[in-house]
Amino acid sequence: MLKLLRIELFKIFKRPRTYIAFGAIAAVVILFQVGMKFDGKTYLDLVLNNVSDSFEVSDEFKSKLLNGYFICFAILNILLIQMPLLVALVAGDAIAGEANMGTLRLSLTKPVSRTQYMLVKFMASIIYTLLLLIWLAVLALFGSMLVFGTNSLVIFRSEVIEQMNSYDVMWRYFAAFGYAAVALTTVSALAFLLSVFAENAIGPIIATMSIVIVLTILSEFNIPIYDKTVKPYLFTTHMVAWKGFFYVQADSDNKTIDGTIQNLPAILRSMGVLVIYIVGFVGTAIWIFRRKDILT
Amino acid sequence: MVLLLSMVLLVNAQTPDDVIKNVKAKLDKVNDYQAKGKMKTNVIFIKAPVANVKVYYKKPNKLRINNESGISFIPKGSVNINLGNIFVNTNGFDIIDMGIEAKTNLRIIKLLPRDENSDVVLSTLYIDESQSLIKKATTTTKENGTYELHMTYGKYADYGLADKVIFSFNIKDYKLPKGITFDYDDGSKKKESPDKLKDKKGKVEITYSDYSINKGVPDSIFK
Amino acid sequence: MSAVIQVKHLTKDFKELKAVSDLSFTVDAGQVYGFLGQNGAGKSTTIRMLLTLIKPTSGEIEIFGLNLHKHRNEILRQVGAIIERPDLYKYLTALENLRIFAAMSGVKVSEKKLMEQLEMVGLAARAHSKVKTYSQGMKQRLGIATALVHDPKLIILDEPTNGLDPQGIADIRNLILQLSREMNKTLLISSHLLSEMELIADSMIIIDKGIKVVEGKVNELFDPAETVVELKTTDDAVAYERLQQSGLQQFVSGKRNDCILLKLHRNDTPAVLKELVQMNINVISFHSRHSLEDYFLSLTGHPNAEAITN
Repeated sequence: MLKLLRIELFKIFKRPRTYIAFGAIAAVVILFQVGMKFDGKTYLDLVLNNVSDSFEVSDEFKSKLLNGYFICFAILNILLIQMPLLVALVAGDAIAGEANMGTLRLSLTKPVSRTQYMLVKFMASIIYTLLLLIWLAVLALFGSMLVFGTNSLVIFRSEVIEQMNSYDVMWRYFAAFGYAAVALTTVSALAFLLSVFAENAIGPIIATMSIVIVLTILSEFNIPIYDKTVKPYLFTTHMVAWKGFFYVQADSDNKTIDGTIQNLPAILRSMGVLVIYIVGFVGTAIWIFRRKDILT
Repeated sequence: MVLLLSMVLLVNAQTPDDVIKNVKAKLDKVNDYQAKGKMKTNVIFIKAPVANVKVYYKKPNKLRINNESGISFIPKGSVNINLGNIFVNTNGFDIIDMGIEAKTNLRIIKLLPRDENSDVVLSTLYIDESQSLIKKATTTTKENGTYELHMTYGKYADYGLADKVIFSFNIKDYKLPKGITFDYDDGSKKKESPDKLKDKKGKVEITYSDYSINKGVPDSIFK
Repeated sequence: MSAVIQVKHLTKDFKELKAVSDLSFTVDAGQVYGFLGQNGAGKSTTIRMLLTLIKPTSGEIEIFGLNLHKHRNEILRQVGAIIERPDLYKYLTALENLRIFAAMSGVKVSEKKLMEQLEMVGLAARAHSKVKTYSQGMKQRLGIATALVHDPKLIILDEPTNGLDPQGIADIRNLILQLSREMNKTLLISSHLLSEMELIADSMIIIDKGIKVVEGKVNELFDPAETVVELKTTDDAVAYERLQQSGLQQFVSGKRNDCILLKLHRNDTPAVLKELVQMNINVISFHSRHSLEDYFLSLTGHPNAEAITN
């Protein structure tokens, strides 16, 4: 199985299109960092609008807010919406790409069971996803820390401002990236499933993105009819739970307690939902693929 | 018993003007100070850790709270933490004696600035006469509503400098559109205090550990 | 001779059509087995079922004496195949492609062996070129190398000479013969080049519309010495009348717009030619049609063809 996995990774990384995603991430991160370096304070003015009435908001204060941890958080908020497309590029190509190239029929005459073939393909796309996230972490987190320094992380939620000590931040990022890996693997699994039905990668890629976009919009809507009936079951609702690692528990005096998470059970529940989706998508993909007549 | 009575009578004998004079005299001993402190912010919409701050003061009414390395939300009007600010006034005050508050035994004196342009409209002071220390002050301003100060004194009492100050101030409602925040709803219940009015007020508690008094503080700190 | 492939009552129903119907045949060890049929006859579907790409609706397949469904991996380790075009990874080099498919075949193949394979098909010099730069013929040869790299016992080739020039076709023919005669491999070859099949196949099956038409040893099914002649004269109508009334009547098998068809044994040719001259029939051309092709057409396309069933 390991040998097959090596082969899959070799094939993925020999293709120029694989590197588009890495390039895209680098471009977005660097552009954002440059923008914030030159004009971050204007961006902050927007979020500090309410606050500046009651609190001192000096340039020095804004400079400290615009530290590496904050920049990274802002980048993740933007990028983790676009990442599903980048992930679908490889996962959607997994089976459809081989069918399109004509290599699928030769591969499936080899002494490798279809289940094994599918699992290896999926594992390869997980590894690709992890590498994308590591790349993102290096640029967005460590890169920002290098350029903007570190300080407390202050995040502005719609009704609350969360501030955590700088020594209390890094482990949250590790947890958040870990969670993001699971979230993106869910998208990967969906693209993978759709790949089984197509003979061209474009179809599954576009279909995956369309589904993710539509469901994300539904997840973001605050319409009561969707709140109870549909939202809790959408995987897109649970994909954003990584942010929960940055919501800190506070005592009755609103003093944050280091090393805590406001609602860890909620995050774990969300992760559970995502895992169920992954198993469902991949299981279905394998089940269908095992029965499929290969005519390409 | 007689001694006690006479002491009480002696104290009671102080006019409100005297009380204020004595308090002011104590405060006037301090030209400037630098102090290290731990600051706790208690605002309904801010969750923050305890911060290590430095407080700088220079006569008559320059006060600055600095978090040198970290980030702190310093309330506007924090200059009012400086008690001296109450007495900064060109035209003097009308002093109104409200008597003794029974449960605390503190002398309540109201100050009405005569200057119509003054931002401060009214100050109510709760004074420990025996030590000439202001234990509590409520200041109403034109621009920023009402502030409240609670002081606890220790080894710097002689200078009228508190060991602990609790400063309450008005806060405007905080709300950001979801489009900017991309909030994640983790199902946690929104914190709601039983007293709605409380939500409109923030509190900052500073516990001082070190005063460096009259050693000189450069003006540049207050810019 | 032991059977390498045994197909029993194989049927495949797609929704709209019955691609293969109750097909049974046997391929013996060491044979070159020809798999013949028109386009759409069901050859490709059958080959895909042998290679587990398509699931049969019913029927049984045994390879190396083992049930294909139950011993799939064990069997496929010993099978090499080209199915239709040999599509490979265009963005990889020939060597990289070969390495990948060798690894997937479950056999450890050394770099030396990989180069030897490329050498064998004449691609050693282009081993490090990306496949997208290859011509159709080169891709075909690479496909063959891929089918053989893990030294399989059974080789299934679908149109192996596609896109090859005459020299290339001859090379493949010699390779197939070498694999069969010297290395005792079993080969199942589907091809339209009947002239080639006649030269290499030991046994064959002809299928039409998913049904077996005939199966057997090539030399038992038709005599290569039997030919069909296309006779063209200056006046075919007159010539035809006269032939019907002559001693050559027994050889006349039909008439087309452009010629008269004769069916005769090779040995009869000199006597027939002599007779035509004596009858003053002006012969423009006397063309012997390939016998296997004719046999094939007579079974599958000729309007008077009779299906010979087992």
